[in-house]
Amino acid sequence: MLVGFVFVCVPQNEEKRNLSLGGHVGFDSLPDQLVSKSVTQGFCFNILCVGETGIGKSTLMNTLFNTMFENEEASHYQNGVYLRPRTYDLQESNVHLKLTIVDTVGFGDQINKEDSYKPIVDYIDTQFENYLQEELKIKRSLFNYHDTRIHICLYFIAPTGHSLKSLDLVTMKKLDSKVNIIPIIAKADTISKSELHKFKIKIMSELVSNGVQIYQFPTDDEAVSEINASMNAHLPFAVVGSVEEVKVGNKTVRARQYPWGVVQVENESHCDFVKLREMLIRVNMEDLREQTHARHYELYRRCKLEEMGFKDTDPDSQPFSLQETYEAKRKEFLGDLQRKEEEMRQMFVNKVKETEAELKEKRERSLHDKFEQLKRMHQEEKRKVEEKRRDLEEEMNAFNRKKVAAETLSLSQPLKKDKDKKNRSVKTENQSAVSASSSKVMMAKANVEPLNCQSWWQAIQCCTCLVHNAAWKPGGLF
Amino acid sequence: MTSNIRYKSRIPVKTEENAEEKQYVGFATLPNQVHRKSVKKGFDFTLMVAGESGMGKSTLVNSLFLTDLYKDRKLLNAEERINQTVEIIKHTVDIEEKGVKLKLTIVDTPGFGDAVNNNECWKPITDYIDQQFEQYFRDESGLNRKNIQDNRVHCCLYFIPPFGHGLRPVDVEFMKALHEKVNIIPLIAKADCLTPNEIKKLKDRIREEIDKFGIKVYQFPECDSDEDEEFKQLDKELKECTPFAVIGSNTVVEARGQRVRGRLYPWGIVEVENQSHCDFVKLRNMLIRSHMHDLKDVTCDVHYENYRAQCIQEMTSKLAQDNRMESPIPILPLSTPDVETEKLIKMKDEELKRMQEMLNKMQQQMHDKDQ
Repeated sequence: MLVGFVFVCVPQNEEKRNLSLGGHVGFDSLPDQLVSKSVTQGFCFNILCVGETGIGKSTLMNTLFNTMFENEEASHYQNGVYLRPRTYDLQESNVHLKLTIVDTVGFGDQINKEDSYKPIVDYIDTQFENYLQEELKIKRSLFNYHDTRIHICLYFIAPTGHSLKSLDLVTMKKLDSKVNIIPIIAKADTISKSELHKFKIKIMSELVSNGVQIYQFPTDDEAVSEINASMNAHLPFAVVGSVEEVKVGNKTVRARQYPWGVVQVENESHCDFVKLREMLIRVNMEDLREQTHARHYELYRRCKLEEMGFKDTDPDSQPFSLQETYEAKRKEFLGDLQRKEEEMRQMFVNKVKETEAELKEKRERSLHDKFEQLKRMHQEEKRKVEEKRRDLEEEMNAFNRKKVAAETLSLSQPLKKDKDKKNRSVKTENQSAVSASSSKVMMAKANVEPLNCQSWWQAIQCCTCLVHNAAWKPGGLF
Repeated sequence: MTSNIRYKSRIPVKTEENAEEKQYVGFATLPNQVHRKSVKKGFDFTLMVAGESGMGKSTLVNSLFLTDLYKDRKLLNAEERINQTVEIIKHTVDIEEKGVKLKLTIVDTPGFGDAVNNNECWKPITDYIDQQFEQYFRDESGLNRKNIQDNRVHCCLYFIPPFGHGLRPVDVEFMKALHEKVNIIPLIAKADCLTPNEIKKLKDRIREEIDKFGIKVYQFPECDSDEDEEFKQLDKELKECTPFAVIGSNTVVEARGQRVRGRLYPWGIVEVENQSHCDFVKLRNMLIRSHMHDLKDVTCDVHYENYRAQCIQEMTSKLAQDNRMESPIPILPLSTPDVETEKLIKMKDEELKRMQEMLNKMQQQMHDKDQ
């Protein structure tokens, strides 16, 4: 929810007069109305924690909000950096807070860290993009929209005591124009006071010399300007986080117990945790949200829209209306679309033609093949039939010859026939089945091959040199 | 308990009994003689420290040897470190204690793990170690071997950051690249950011991961069975304490009425030499007082010998490679004389074949020409 005042554009020739009130009107309750409205709506806040694995991000979040967000320990062996957002609903007095904590898992673990910042930048841009999309919708419900834009990035610096790491510098430079960055020194109970002073100075000077813009606590509001200004000088905050309670004196405080002493989290002389909590939550939370919306989001929106081709003014310095630009773009887009459609249609038609031609060819070919095959079969059959016919003719001729031979024989030797019917039956049979030229051969054949049949009829049928017509009987049948 | 003290206490004292006097030959004084000679010769030790910058390497070295080796050091900015390459810097000091001279060389590796892209950032380090081995190998095989300078790295202290949950990929890769070349002793640096529970958890985690990745760190030698119980107990404790969680300090503070090396915090004072605060004393005892010589021995007997064997193998296989013509089977690196002559015969055969072919070709050409 955006809290801000709407400034009415006053044209310069109108006079603004200050009037004094005669009595109590009551519009001094306007802020209260605003507050009660926003309280009923609830607030939302999104924190991004960037730091190496094991540097204490989850512990610090637990310590800051005095609760145990569930969190498994991350492993060092991730292939790349990925972001893990988790949303929680917190309540304090009657104020509801929808808190989203985004963790960078695997940051700083890879051997080649050149691309480590990319997933983080992409995530932030995606949240901005989602908000932009929602804003540009026709039917939008911004008051209902769950704002996931990152309001604050806590950058955890390892307490080496020397200076920033190269990865830290590179990452912060990429993030400073997209999100409010507050650098903090993690696990600060490993640095002694004198070293800490030098370390802080070194870090700030490195950030300044490299042009990294970190979040400055606002000093324009008189109520908080003093405290903010003094806090600005304490950056980066050296924090220690702990959820364990240790008994110190007669109190139980959150602390870390060492053999040489107890580091109390909320002791200002031990670490800057209290300062961080003050600044982050108790004083400047609303300012962080405003900055995110007014500065970082606007920058993103401007860049994005310029990319898409929108301009605020014409080449002739006439103010462009969004609508005209939009119409022009739409026409262009539709034109493009139509052209593409045409292309695709053309392609489709061509393809159809091709396929048709192919199919036709195939069909023709198959028909042709079939035709050839049929032709061949037909020819085969014809040949076979021809053969058969020839055989048949031959047989007929043979039969005729036999017939003639038998007739001539019967005419010339009528007695022989009456004497030996059986023998004659065989002989004449054989004789009649042969033409004149080959009769001897056949007779010899008949002598060589004994006939197994018992009857004349069978003999006719089984002998291969007999004629089929059994009705023929030169010597007479039984 | 140092080794020389142990030896000293073992010398048998001449007793009054005559029988013993007659049997005493006298070579029991050998350890004494060795002691004398070694004191005269002096010792040398090369220690390498490796780890990201800001881990407290220089501070620890200063605390170990109670000197200030890093007086005028220039530390780089984050910007300069984005594309930093690893350098090797040697510091040599001569220190003396009770007549025993030690030439101590510290090999520093600034820039390790500091760049954004740390691919193969351990290569300069492995190259350096190999170089020292190679130089020693050449010297050893040389003609004049009187004054060989032993620059081989005897021990490498690797500093693991305490901020994580265990070993990181760069730690694993570094140790795997070096564990067969040098004795690696992993240390947990800046241990004053961990409570005793956290230290125990981290040590267990690191030991587990070292086993899992098959990294061969330096193992303490087993103590002999005839050592006394106290020594065995100490030895056992030492072994269970690895990797050592150390804290170093350049400053002297006042604690419990004494001036000790320590770090001053608003909530207490960390004493470097307090055994309940960190394992610095154990590391010092192990590294300097009891196992220095063992580290040197392992370097000479194991790492250097491995390097030497590998070198020789490579040389012979290269020789064979240059000589062979065409053999589908790889030739054994250790070629015996028979195989050599066989190879020669093969060579000669091939040559003959080639000459024959040439002859045939020439004949064919002449034949064609005639036609």
